[in-house]
Amino acid sequence: MLRNLLIAIVLASFGFIFYNLYQSYEPQTELTGIAAHYAENGASEVGAANLVTAVVVSYRSFDTLGEITILFLTAAIISFFLKLSKEDEDKIITHRGTSEILQTASALLIPLIYLFGVYVFINGHITPGGGFQGGAIIASGVVLAIMANPNMTINHTVIIWVESISGVSVILIGVLGIILGGGFLDSTFTGYGLGEFGTIFSAGTIPVIYSLVGLKVGAEISNILNLYQKSQKEA
Amino acid sequence: MNNEIIYSVVAIGIGLLMVIMAVIAILNKKLSVAIIAAGVVSLFASVLFLLMSAPDVAMTEAAIGSGLSTLIFFYVLNKIKRQNA
Amino acid sequence: MEIFELGKIGLLIGFLLVIVGFWGVLQQKNIIKIIVSFTILNTGINLVMVALGYVKGRTAPIIDDSVEQIGNHNVLNAIVDPVPQALVLTAIVIGFGVTALLLAYAMKLFKAKKSLDINDFNDLKW
Repeated sequence: MLRNLLIAIVLASFGFIFYNLYQSYEPQTELTGIAAHYAENGASEVGAANLVTAVVVSYRSFDTLGEITILFLTAAIISFFLKLSKEDEDKIITHRGTSEILQTASALLIPLIYLFGVYVFINGHITPGGGFQGGAIIASGVVLAIMANPNMTINHTVIIWVESISGVSVILIGVLGIILGGGFLDSTFTGYGLGEFGTIFSAGTIPVIYSLVGLKVGAEISNILNLYQKSQKEA
Repeated sequence: MNNEIIYSVVAIGIGLLMVIMAVIAILNKKLSVAIIAAGVVSLFASVLFLLMSAPDVAMTEAAIGSGLSTLIFFYVLNKIKRQNA
Repeated sequence: MEIFELGKIGLLIGFLLVIVGFWGVLQQKNIIKIIVSFTILNTGINLVMVALGYVKGRTAPIIDDSVEQIGNHNVLNAIVDPVPQALVLTAIVIGFGVTALLLAYAMKLFKAKKSLDINDFNDLKW
């Protein structure tokens, strides 16, 4: 009773704060400050047509670096918690058979889904999309494969190598920015130009970094899904 | 200008559905219903992101928020049900 | 009309989802339900942030032909604020990681006590 009363008081005060915020909120009609700078100079400074990509990979690339680190840490902690014992690892559980339609369709669709994921992260700087979306699409391909064949195992070595190589390459390209550009993770190298605006070979190192981020995110999410799938073996 | 009003009407409808789904997710006794309702909230949120001119965020939310999160919830639910039996 | 404004509608829906999610986190006793409420709270906060960056009648922050049609050849008049969108993009991916971590904890807790009720975990209570 007292608990419900306290919850009601907390929620009512939150509602009061939010109501006042909502009442006093004036929708902005102009871009101001940092957003105006990004909008005006994004095309000439970074060369990416998609300004969200420009912000994520070039202007605020430390955010992205920290973010992929957090995701890696999450995958590591989950694999620590869901570790299986030796006899559980080798156990094979029988699933209800999957339907013929799902198996045939997945054989046809999975390569296309992977291809679409790669397309999304390679074109991240000119169309909506990018590394995070592409990685998530690749992970959905893995989900479809697991659904069609519940006993399948994902090759752990491949995932670990893809993840580490792409992670290290992002750092290396960032260090290259110190030597050739203006600082760590700078995407424009002085003397190399930006390429023609709006084409796939443009915007300095943004497509390379975002592709590597896409591979890393895809491998990490697939790894998390694989861990949850394997944990079903434990009774 | 007219588009803005049509979008707003659609957004109000989607918003009502989202809030109803969120309340269902919290009040329903069955866990599977709650998980599906939370997935529906994420899916409608991605439509709202698209209406608010954020296609990048909409793609991420549709793939991760409503697809992969719901899947790992069901893995956990399945395991808990089997351990209970 | 005052009410037909996408930014304000998004803000209102986001606030409502935050309150509903908070209610679930505080009131529910089942651990899985608490995690479900947490994802709803997360979605609400993301909606609020994207709604704050919306500018009426403008298009997505991608420089293409729409700049000439909507913005009269000036990028500043054509696009919405790209910064909140970039922040929400990373926030969603981190939210997935957090949800996965919470579920791993929930599985461990269930294995220890064979129960999902939060009141059964009173080892540190006195």
